[in-house]
Amino acid sequence: MPSSPNHVLEFPGGYTRSVGPVIGRFLSELRDGRLMGVRTAAGRVLVPPTEYDPDNGAAVTDEWVEVGPVCTVESWSWVPNPRRTHPLDRPFAWALIRPDGADTALLHALDMGVHEPGAGPPKQLRTGLRVRPKWRAERGGHIGDIECFRPEVTMINAPTRLEYELRPGKALDRFLEGISQGRILGHRCPVCEQVIVPMKGLCPKDGVPTAEEVELPGTGTVTTFAVNNIPDPRAPEVPFVSAYVLLDGAGMTMLALVAGIPADQVRMGMRVRAAWRPREEWGRTMDNIRWFEPIDEPDVPFDQIKDYL
Amino acid sequence: MTREIAVVAFVQTRHRTREDGLSEVEMLAPVITEIKERTGVNRFGFTCSGSCDYLAGTPFAFVQALDAVGAWPPISESHVEMDAAWALYEAYVRLLHDDIDTALVYGFGKPSQGDFREVMTQQLDPYYLAPLGPDQVSLAALQARAHMERAGAKEDDLRAVAARARAAGRDNPFALHLDDPAPDEDYEVAPLRPYDIAPTTDGAAAIVLAAGDKARELCERPAWITGIDHRADAHGLGARDLSRSESTRVAGERAGARGVEVAELHAQFTHEELILREALGLGDDVTVNPSGGAMTANTVMAAGLVRIGEAAARIHDGTAGKVLGHASSGPCLQQNLVCVMEGEPRG
Repeated sequence: MPSSPNHVLEFPGGYTRSVGPVIGRFLSELRDGRLMGVRTAAGRVLVPPTEYDPDNGAAVTDEWVEVGPVCTVESWSWVPNPRRTHPLDRPFAWALIRPDGADTALLHALDMGVHEPGAGPPKQLRTGLRVRPKWRAERGGHIGDIECFRPEVTMINAPTRLEYELRPGKALDRFLEGISQGRILGHRCPVCEQVIVPMKGLCPKDGVPTAEEVELPGTGTVTTFAVNNIPDPRAPEVPFVSAYVLLDGAGMTMLALVAGIPADQVRMGMRVRAAWRPREEWGRTMDNIRWFEPIDEPDVPFDQIKDYL
Repeated sequence: MTREIAVVAFVQTRHRTREDGLSEVEMLAPVITEIKERTGVNRFGFTCSGSCDYLAGTPFAFVQALDAVGAWPPISESHVEMDAAWALYEAYVRLLHDDIDTALVYGFGKPSQGDFREVMTQQLDPYYLAPLGPDQVSLAALQARAHMERAGAKEDDLRAVAARARAAGRDNPFALHLDDPAPDEDYEVAPLRPYDIAPTTDGAAAIVLAAGDKARELCERPAWITGIDHRADAHGLGARDLSRSESTRVAGERAGARGVEVAELHAQFTHEELILREALGLGDDVTVNPSGGAMTANTVMAAGLVRIGEAAARIHDGTAGKVLGHASSGPCLQQNLVCVMEGEPRG
């Protein structure tokens, strides 16, 4: 395409055309926000209407039928980079669109929402998609009175947000204080003597208050795990592994991420160590421990962890 | 009694994607000169051309091209604002009148002078289509999807068409020599990728038709036209089954396409070749587009004529006994012409 033409062919003000009774009726209805088809002698409804039956050239009848507004996409092409003359300036589809009640399809632009220039066709776009016209507010009797078509509403997205100020409770507060100093603290139960981490101030087994603090090392054993294929903002990548880690000396497991090893190589009994973030990034949060990473020690036999699954 | 009419000579330019500084007349003149030299004929009973004024943006541009033919003393001349394959049809019909023996047919185009896709948008109906501004490739992509969803063809099948066309084109000194299609090219308009789209080229082509003994005199082995037919589908894209080419099917039947050994198809997109093969019932034993076809040189308004010329050349050189040339016009294969030629006249 020439960037600076030295010759231009143009009809200033546009080319005036008479439209006749059939196309004129269609465009007049369009201006009033109605999609109309004309019936052929054979009984088919033509949209957009022509004066003749495309099958045999016979004149159409005077019978007009309101069609749509719901329509079906019969074929489509996806334009990743719209041209200057195209009706939308972002990626969109051209589609053959057959209104409900019509036997033929009309060509129009189909807006599939906002996509980056060059984007591939969106998954929802397919033959058979149900669409509706988006009418222009100011109409003049022109095929462009329909600005474009848009998919029918099949889903909504409702923003939801509630705000809280949660208090962790005294025991968890104390645990987070330890974490903010790089220490993993637990409580020893006075009855069963198991170490509870993170502590809750109660032994979940015996139902008695706990107060005796024990500091645990950052090493432990994976007792069981799950491979997750849905992205999570806290996880390094997909797939990622979430696991129960039994810290050495603890009597119950902690839920944590396991990384530093391909997801399909994580195993029950694997030995791991907490990977702390750099000290300057620490706060009063479990995020201080980024995840657990494997350490070069033999796996713990199943018998020793079977009660912690 | 129907006259025997044959393609006796075919000449074309080297087709080019870039503007070469020549006017349309300057581009055409050597082709006309060469075909006159080759046949030894300087004056033809009838002259007919195909071109499109919108390519140069000047009204009656085709009249200026007559300077390349030489129109004095006055000649009998006509023009179609279409691919010159339809000019050949007109010349064929003129020859059937039995009062002249030769006809010169030529076509030319220089799409490099403008934005070809915008030019083609002007051919769409002015009420429902042209005001929306859909371009030729976007419309072709609708047809490609319709065909693929109906016939089960995959994008790899389209790429295979491009690969075969390009390999054949590299053996054709007049066509563009294009690399094999890269599988990772982004969509131009999905489902079409750049290699699925014929590169438009500047160029010209000419054919001489002759009747009866005159044909035998001008050509050692004339390509006798044993059937020629053209048909049109509805203009409205939504009023026809885009996945098929009914007009090609009928034209092929009427022209007697059955049994051809070579078919030159005017497919401007890879999926069009699949649709045309199906419509014409061409089996795997038929050699399709040994020239590379329009996929390696889509000289607008001449590419269809070139298909007839390339097919005829297989008769002229004795490599085939029955061939087919196809030309198309209009959006999504709307109009189709089929010309069947044989080495010996039938009946």
